[in-house]
Amino acid sequence: MITAAVLATLALVCAVGAWRFTRARWTYRAPHVAIVLWQALGVTWGLAGTGALLSYALEPYGQGVLHGLGSFAVSAMNGGYGPADSFTLPRILALIAGLTALTILVVVLFSAGAQTLRARRRHRTLLALVAREDPEVPGVRVVDHPGPAAYCVPGLRSEVVVSEGTLKLLSPAELTAVLAHESAHVRERHDLVLLPFAALRRALPWSQVVGRVQSEVSLLVEMAADDVARRYCSPRRLATALLRFGTAGAAPTPQGALGVSETTGAVMARVERLVSPGPDLPRRVRYAIVAFSVTLTASAPLLWLMPH
Amino acid sequence: MKGLGELERSIMDIIWAQSSPVTAREVGRLIADRDLAPTTVMTVLDRLTRKGFLQRTRDGRAWRYEPAESRDAYVAELMLEALDLTGDRSAALTRFAQAVSGSEAEILLKALTELEDE
Repeated sequence: MITAAVLATLALVCAVGAWRFTRARWTYRAPHVAIVLWQALGVTWGLAGTGALLSYALEPYGQGVLHGLGSFAVSAMNGGYGPADSFTLPRILALIAGLTALTILVVVLFSAGAQTLRARRRHRTLLALVAREDPEVPGVRVVDHPGPAAYCVPGLRSEVVVSEGTLKLLSPAELTAVLAHESAHVRERHDLVLLPFAALRRALPWSQVVGRVQSEVSLLVEMAADDVARRYCSPRRLATALLRFGTAGAAPTPQGALGVSETTGAVMARVERLVSPGPDLPRRVRYAIVAFSVTLTASAPLLWLMPH
Repeated sequence: MKGLGELERSIMDIIWAQSSPVTAREVGRLIADRDLAPTTVMTVLDRLTRKGFLQRTRDGRAWRYEPAESRDAYVAELMLEALDLTGDRSAALTRFAQAVSGSEAEILLKALTELEDE
């Protein structure tokens, strides 16, 4: 019972913590660290939430969640390894809820991964047919379209793509800045950071918290890439590139896409910290947050293993 | 000998440039690489058809090929995804920036660029 209660508390703390954390602004001063904390919160919330239900449901086995699940599977298959006490109705309901939630989380993650891979493969195939190489920007694929676009197709062999419109819109220094930003996405595999949060959002489209969390993580990922890029280019050029991009876009916002007002805030926040960066978060604080994140991430799996 | 991807691309370019469906033999004549074996052209045409980029119709003993979509249609598809206008919120691409609204951004841009010029 204690393990179940601890797991439930942990899940609740993660959910409340995530809600409050979406309003935190110190994260802009250390996006990399904040991303680590977000990932820890996400993993722990998932494992603690499902673990609490399963821990309560499987208590009759007295073996903890993971081994309890094993015993339950064995007894379900050949009926010979049932618990000492029989299941009560609340435990049966908790078992169904826990297993359903766990299955949904796993299926959603895998299907989002598969769908993302399919979308990328299609995108790559089309790029191979219609994108060209440009001697002015070696190693970058250029798509002949007047609209501004610069992005990266992540994968084992990531590709950075810009549109003809981008080449016209930006000065050479700004283009360098944009490419440095995109290479940072490629090197740090930011797509893998975003994948679970995007998947969760698709699974729970009505949840405001999940929506806010996903926007926040995407913004932090962009800021992290900005931070890497500014080592290789002028931050001011990156800022003007961002503004030029944003104001030139004027693309209509279709249903389901981020509203322009929401993206305006994000772009302006990035510009602001590029032009007048605040002080770095003290090293001590950053290490403390990373240590906390590691502890948090380890806590739920350990509780899954704890008997009782 | 160019890579297969490069070859697919040049063959698509040739077929896009034609106003009517073409046979493999005609593609072979139009392609820049004269050493290309006719079977290679056939293979690539077959691959492109299976991937859905070409449509073929019987013409006597040969096939006539035509593009399934125009080049611009594919460019448009790429750009819709690039600008995140498909609305599916997938994490397939990481984009540089999204659209902003309001004059604040324009004023700031002006201020930042003028500062450089002085």
